[in-house]
Amino acid sequence: MELTQLTIDSARAAVEERNTTALALAEAHYARIRKEDGEIGAYLTLCKERALEQADRIDRMAAEGKPLPPLGGVPVGIKDVMSTRGVRTTAGSKILSNYVPPYDSTAVARLEAAGAVVLGKTNCDEFAMGSSNENSAFHPVHNPRDLSRVPGGSSGGSAAAVAADMAVVALGSDTGGSIRQPASFCGVVGLMPTYGRVSRYGLIAFASSLDHIGPLAKTVKDCALVLRTIAGRDPMDSTSADVPVPDYVAELEKPVRGLKVGVAKEYFGDGLDDDVRHAVESAIDKLKTLGCEVVPVSLPHTPYAIPAYYLIATAEASSNLARYDGVRYSYRAPGVTSLSEMYRRSRDEGFGAEVKRRIMLGTYALSAGYYDAYYLKAQKVRTLLTHDFEGAFHKVDTIVTPTSPTAAFRLGEKSNDPLAMYLADIYTVTADLAGIPGISVPCGETAKKLPIGLQILGKHFDEATILRVAHAYEQAA
Amino acid sequence: MKVTEKDVAYVADLANLELSREERAGMVRDLNSILDYVERLNQLDTSNVEPMAQISDRYGVDESKQGSERFAYASRDDIPEGLRRSLPQEVALENAPDADGTFFRVPKVIER
Repeated sequence: MELTQLTIDSARAAVEERNTTALALAEAHYARIRKEDGEIGAYLTLCKERALEQADRIDRMAAEGKPLPPLGGVPVGIKDVMSTRGVRTTAGSKILSNYVPPYDSTAVARLEAAGAVVLGKTNCDEFAMGSSNENSAFHPVHNPRDLSRVPGGSSGGSAAAVAADMAVVALGSDTGGSIRQPASFCGVVGLMPTYGRVSRYGLIAFASSLDHIGPLAKTVKDCALVLRTIAGRDPMDSTSADVPVPDYVAELEKPVRGLKVGVAKEYFGDGLDDDVRHAVESAIDKLKTLGCEVVPVSLPHTPYAIPAYYLIATAEASSNLARYDGVRYSYRAPGVTSLSEMYRRSRDEGFGAEVKRRIMLGTYALSAGYYDAYYLKAQKVRTLLTHDFEGAFHKVDTIVTPTSPTAAFRLGEKSNDPLAMYLADIYTVTADLAGIPGISVPCGETAKKLPIGLQILGKHFDEATILRVAHAYEQAA
Repeated sequence: MKVTEKDVAYVADLANLELSREERAGMVRDLNSILDYVERLNQLDTSNVEPMAQISDRYGVDESKQGSERFAYASRDDIPEGLRRSLPQEVALENAPDADGTFFRVPKVIER
């Protein structure tokens, strides 16, 4: 049994049946991290003491012959934007480089309550702002499939950790595609749940109306298992929805025959790489052979999603990031003599270039005289984009698209052109704006052997159907 | 050019950023490039479209009610102790760059 190649169920069963121990599983993953992560860079902080303590708790349960909880002994990575009590949490930023949260985020607490063993915190773009992980203040992440390429972003560390067998699953966050795009670039499965499905309590905020927490995993079923664990109303997050959480794992096995799958031409236009197009078209054919009915749908406002997104997300970010003032918990520039100088120099030195760019853009879009032209306009376009999806979902059960217009690009390829980088999110931002769930599942490779992702979008709070379609595709492919 | 150096200085001031001379020049270039791109939103007539702040507006809102009553779904019963007690003072101060055990310490606020 190769301890770093297990799924949630096989890992848990191996510990429960005493074929291995949670301790051995954790140690095997740490050994793998020591060996591989020097050149990949997926982790920022390891929390071995906390991990081994939890593993020991699980092993004692197993020794007593007790049934293990659903994630008992399963090694996980946590994107470094989720607060972990006593474990440094940086959001990939210098401004939080010494921040040690005094509490756990709800998603992490729920994973640990279900028996998961948190190995450490994974690298990401600073404040989750980026599509390549090159905006980490600490070091970039390299794609395990080709070290000269990016893993995608902003959850690049989580995707790379799973792809390189340095975690069974990982949590990521998605504001404009930050779970699905890196999942696609690294050849793993990534699920963004409906807005409000998973509590954001303890998530370091980027854009509060767009931020989602979700899993990255080696299989669709593992995504279902993690979602079942972290989903559901949390009184600590008033935007977490009071909507019943189905048993996503049981729902996976329902047939997909007869489901209507929408295909929108707006997601197959200029800029889509030929290899990606062919892989996604073959995947759609595969869904047909599984008995799905393919139906053309129209999402006419898609070309306006990126501009609307970058106004709304940056406006919210400029407000959220105002809290980093050098007083309570963030970096303070040395040698300052006035309050105003303290704010400015601490933020100047603590934030990286992309974060400053977005704070500036967002502040501009909210400033007197421009609010209506930019921020309000973008919010109205958000309504139109959401109506597009609501109209389409009257006709179909899911919509399938490419996750990203290209496979993983090279480090440095887009880092000097912010707009080119923003366009990497062209097929993913729409779901964030509309608040609908989406999953990226591997669907083949380019001629250069780089992974390609198929994105499956669903109705609000209907993760069960997209997981079911993704699972059926994964089993058939 | 929509955004001038003067605009950048004004917005940086609002955002509590100083920015070096090079950063300001880069900001003029990048903001203009991005704002040119977002210009395409004006191709859409949105005069009869309601703005959307967030998706939660669409779930659980009681449209027949007014004001905060409309958002009753998001409220919860009061818990006397609070959901979680406030952080103890020493814990709240632990991450501060400068604290004296009772207060956060900052440079003098009032200039003489």
